[in-house]
Amino acid sequence: MDYLKAFITGGAICAIGQILMDRTSLTPAHILVLFVISGAVLTALGIYEPIVQFGGAGATIPLPGFGYSLAKGAIKEVQSAGLIGALTGGVKSTAGGISAAVVFGYSMAVLFNPKSKK
Amino acid sequence: MVFFPEEEKIDLASNKVGRQTLRLDSRPAIIAAASIVGPKEGEGPLKEYYDVVLQDDYFGEKSWEKAESKILRETAKLAVRKAGLKPGDIDYMLGGDLLNQIISASFAARELKIPFFGLYGACSTMAESLALGSILIDGQYADYVVAVTSSHFSSAERQFRYPLEHGNQRPPTSQWTVTGSGAMIVAAQGKGPRITHVTPGRVIDLGIKDANNMGAAMAPATADTIVTHFRDTGFSQRDYDVIATGDLGKIGKDITQEIVFREGYDISAVYTDCGIEVYSDDQDVNSGGSGCGCSAVVTCGYFYSRMLRGEIKRMLLVATGALLSPVSTQQGETIPGIAHAVAIESTFKGE
Repeated sequence: MDYLKAFITGGAICAIGQILMDRTSLTPAHILVLFVISGAVLTALGIYEPIVQFGGAGATIPLPGFGYSLAKGAIKEVQSAGLIGALTGGVKSTAGGISAAVVFGYSMAVLFNPKSKK
Repeated sequence: MVFFPEEEKIDLASNKVGRQTLRLDSRPAIIAAASIVGPKEGEGPLKEYYDVVLQDDYFGEKSWEKAESKILRETAKLAVRKAGLKPGDIDYMLGGDLLNQIISASFAARELKIPFFGLYGACSTMAESLALGSILIDGQYADYVVAVTSSHFSSAERQFRYPLEHGNQRPPTSQWTVTGSGAMIVAAQGKGPRITHVTPGRVIDLGIKDANNMGAAMAPATADTIVTHFRDTGFSQRDYDVIATGDLGKIGKDITQEIVFREGYDISAVYTDCGIEVYSDDQDVNSGGSGCGCSAVVTCGYFYSRMLRGEIKRMLLVATGALLSPVSTQQGETIPGIAHAVAIESTFKGE
């Protein structure tokens, strides 16, 4: 049942992205920024937390999930360390994801060579 | 105060016809042509017309940019060899490509050691280099010139859109950049189809911004060049067996045909587009082929062979370019288009 919920949540988020790609002139970079910011804003408004409760990784893995982690980390850090936490908390809570992206991205670039599309 | 007496204005440009067309009285000959294409083009409908089909689009190099320069260099060498000449016999090389600072052409010229004019006309470079080369020949400044251009799908994607590693999606209006290069040897004497007229195009921009819809952006400039060529020379579609535009794709071709029709010429019976010819429908290229290499390989391979066989008596090559840059796109600029026309006549019957 968890798998199904994650699939539906993640799939719905990706479907929104695909519709934006097909129906608007937004570039992938626009959509990336838009998704991360909406994740953060929705978290701040308390809307994204219930989506995470329902969809689990289906909500935390796509781009809005990154915004969710940023916002959640910042809020938590402000509570424990004061206002400076607004600047440090977001990156602290997403440090794992950022480092993983660098490490895996770098290793893949070393291991493989790009090929032309067929 | 210096006084300049008003001189009578004498029109010295006796070889200019009409608004912007040049008539080449010596009719320079295209004595050889060569084309090298990538694997995808080698699976296309014109595969039998290319000289070399590469199995690997890295061509033994470490990057696609290096591969593209090598393709251009080898195509130029092949054309020189097919003409029975050596690179040292060629007076000038005229060429360009799509990469920053036209490195494919200039790096190839570094190896070939032929005096080099670097050109940037985006995808119109085949006609631009052929036009300027034939003018050099007609003006008796050279015996042999090589006109050459190239493009590479993967280097062009990185240059103009997104690096392939990004895995970007391609909208249906987008076109597929041809991996390949075409080269022609133009000579003062010798056997081969002859260049009779050249109509350089004006830069025209009707405000299209979408870099994935370049056929539509180039169509107005293309139609302008075709109609101007007709008006300057008095020719019409009846004087040509083939009118071939460079890389407008399906959408751009329809728009061009429509604009030219409104100007009073129905070119539909003889009109084709190299971007449509180069791939078949089942090759998943959306709106057709594009890139400098598109009109280059189709002209140097397919049309040149058919002219040699006498299947085409007269053709008008109208190579088309979208003069955008990645910076202009990011700054929200529209896409100006250009098209250069070269009239080529087969000498099959006479010689």
